[in-house]
Amino acid sequence: MARAVSTRRKIATTALAWAIGLLIFFPIFWTILTSFKTEAQAIANPPLFWGFDFTLENYAVVQERSNYMRFLWNSVIIAGGSTLLGIVIAVPAAWSMAFVPSRRTKDILLWMLSTKMLPAVGVLYPISLIFVQFGLLDTRGGLIVVLMFINLPIIVWMLYTYFREIPGEILEAARMDGAGLKEEILYVLTPMAIPGIASTILLNFILAWNEAFWTLNLTAASAAPLTAFIASYSSPEGLFFAKLSAASTMAIAPILILGWFSQKQLVRGLTFGAVK
Amino acid sequence: MSRMTALRASGALALCLVAAAATAQTTTLTIATVNNGDMIRMQGYTSQFTEQTGIAIEWVTLEENVLRQRVTTDITTNGGQFDIMTIGMYETPIWGANGWLVPLDGLSEAYDVDDILPAMRGGLSHEGTLYAAPFYGESSMVMYRTDLMEAAGLEMPEAPTWDDIRAAAEAMTDRANEVYGICLRGKPGWGEGGALITATANSFGARWFDEDWNAQFDTPEWEAALTFYVDLMNNFGPPGYATNGFNENLSLFQQGRCGMWIDATVAASFVTNPNDSSVADSVGFALAPDNGLGRRSNWLWAWALAIPAGTQQADAALQFIEWATSRDYIALVAENEGWANVPPGARTSLYETPDYQAVPFADMTLRSINAADPTNPTVDPVPYVGIQFVAIPEFAGIATEVSQEFAEVYAGQQTVQQALANAQALTNDAMEAAGYR
Repeated sequence: MARAVSTRRKIATTALAWAIGLLIFFPIFWTILTSFKTEAQAIANPPLFWGFDFTLENYAVVQERSNYMRFLWNSVIIAGGSTLLGIVIAVPAAWSMAFVPSRRTKDILLWMLSTKMLPAVGVLYPISLIFVQFGLLDTRGGLIVVLMFINLPIIVWMLYTYFREIPGEILEAARMDGAGLKEEILYVLTPMAIPGIASTILLNFILAWNEAFWTLNLTAASAAPLTAFIASYSSPEGLFFAKLSAASTMAIAPILILGWFSQKQLVRGLTFGAVK
Repeated sequence: MSRMTALRASGALALCLVAAAATAQTTTLTIATVNNGDMIRMQGYTSQFTEQTGIAIEWVTLEENVLRQRVTTDITTNGGQFDIMTIGMYETPIWGANGWLVPLDGLSEAYDVDDILPAMRGGLSHEGTLYAAPFYGESSMVMYRTDLMEAAGLEMPEAPTWDDIRAAAEAMTDRANEVYGICLRGKPGWGEGGALITATANSFGARWFDEDWNAQFDTPEWEAALTFYVDLMNNFGPPGYATNGFNENLSLFQQGRCGMWIDATVAASFVTNPNDSSVADSVGFALAPDNGLGRRSNWLWAWALAIPAGTQQADAALQFIEWATSRDYIALVAENEGWANVPPGARTSLYETPDYQAVPFADMTLRSINAADPTNPTVDPVPYVGIQFVAIPEFAGIATEVSQEFAEVYAGQQTVQQALANAQALTNDAMEAAGYR
């Protein structure tokens, strides 16, 4: 029997959800709004919500000073490459952990996650030295590998939880029908886990897109992604908030649009397996 | 044509192509720099340098703290990503001593290295060898509102004492209208609030270390300096000053909420720019205050261009540095954007130019720079070089922690005595671990 929910309660929860949603979105909204102000209006106190002179000058300045397309292209390659590479490695790993677990599977999963607890700066020098040795500094390939390793625990964990929801009997049936390991993973497991894999890809793409420690420390001119683009507009000596906001808006716009179009898959994937 | 001739001909053609490709290959310099007005302006003019020399420039612009971490990693791991690095007065002597920088002793006659302001040259050298060429330099000074001073019936001396500053702050404070007598940095960080309080302490006769590298926070001089600062700011400063740095104070001053602001001389061009500042036409300048002990509370800093020892293109890099820090570059900017916009504080000849002398803050900037002596920064002798910093590698870490202790005092979370005791203990511990004591 469905639970009766009073209208008042519905209104209250809807209002609360909207309030939280708007609160979370406010910094992004404020960034976008500031990008259309002059530098003086950007720091005005009390803050200006309306009544300022709408200007596109900041975008023009940013466009003139930086090669936005190059940064954008680097971001797409690095975030996309590291996510896809991660998926290729994580699908078989998660398969074995979900369907043929050993006594130590739980420990391995926890150990993998524990690597995320180490502050990145702790391994700055070892990683930098490896990059110098192998000539990987300021290359997209090097960053793809590093970001893949950083996000791999999350990818494996997410896929593991999705795979666990898929009944092992289905895979057994496929095996009885003569499917080998490759067919089992490629043609049976993967199609069933598509929502889960899609949301894993999206989430990790966003994480890699926003990664701002390694992408700043291991690049110079040629492989620098959008995080370096934003960092070039931040300044402790001088107020360039409007230009910084314009640069930030340009950097988050592609991922915001991507998130907007794929929110259904994202939510479905994240809640996949939540209802038993 | 015989087969052999054809082979020879194609071989020759291939050689020609290879030779052509080699000559067409241009030198490209990668330069790491900070995001500030003067540097960004220079990026706009680099096409002229490329036209003159055929050397292309690739810029990597980063926020100051990110830049510092990035170039430090690069130079210590011999990453070789940059041909020129923008570094400050703190790093230059340390890196020079470590052999990480190419000495700038090959500068041409026309460059006239003797024209560099002596204070800048001294701060960017190690044992007499110049390791970085100053692009622009700064000291700190008092910027004050002439209209508020007049309304209060006061006049700002050219060389005020801390008592003058306190009296003026008291007279100009109008909390009901959100006008605060004085705005000063309180934000933790060795280059933020740490720089201001260290320079202030110098004028109170305090110092970081005695000649045997013992911390000196347990001295009455430090207590007097910190107590004075906290009392001044609590009574006449803006609320929440513990988190205010350069940008926050610049914003407050531009909106007319500060009677005085003691900070970097480069701020003068921001607060007098009518496009950004609502008080542009009523700003006066004075030397940073003292306490009659023979040391003023002004600092000295330069953003300078240096060549990392790992570069393969040291000659081209030197050529660029000569261009960017030359008299001709200053003239180029003056011609296109006016004298108020040239990079200040690097060359003596700039301050001898009549056109530049007409800029309202030029004279006070030069006097402030000349009043700073990084080799002799304190009343009592010290074993270190540097005014608002101590030029040893350990300083950045220690001073950031000390400034955090101080910021807790500003936020009312501990007393001056507690903060100084903590600072004393943590500094001595760190110095002991580093082998100084």
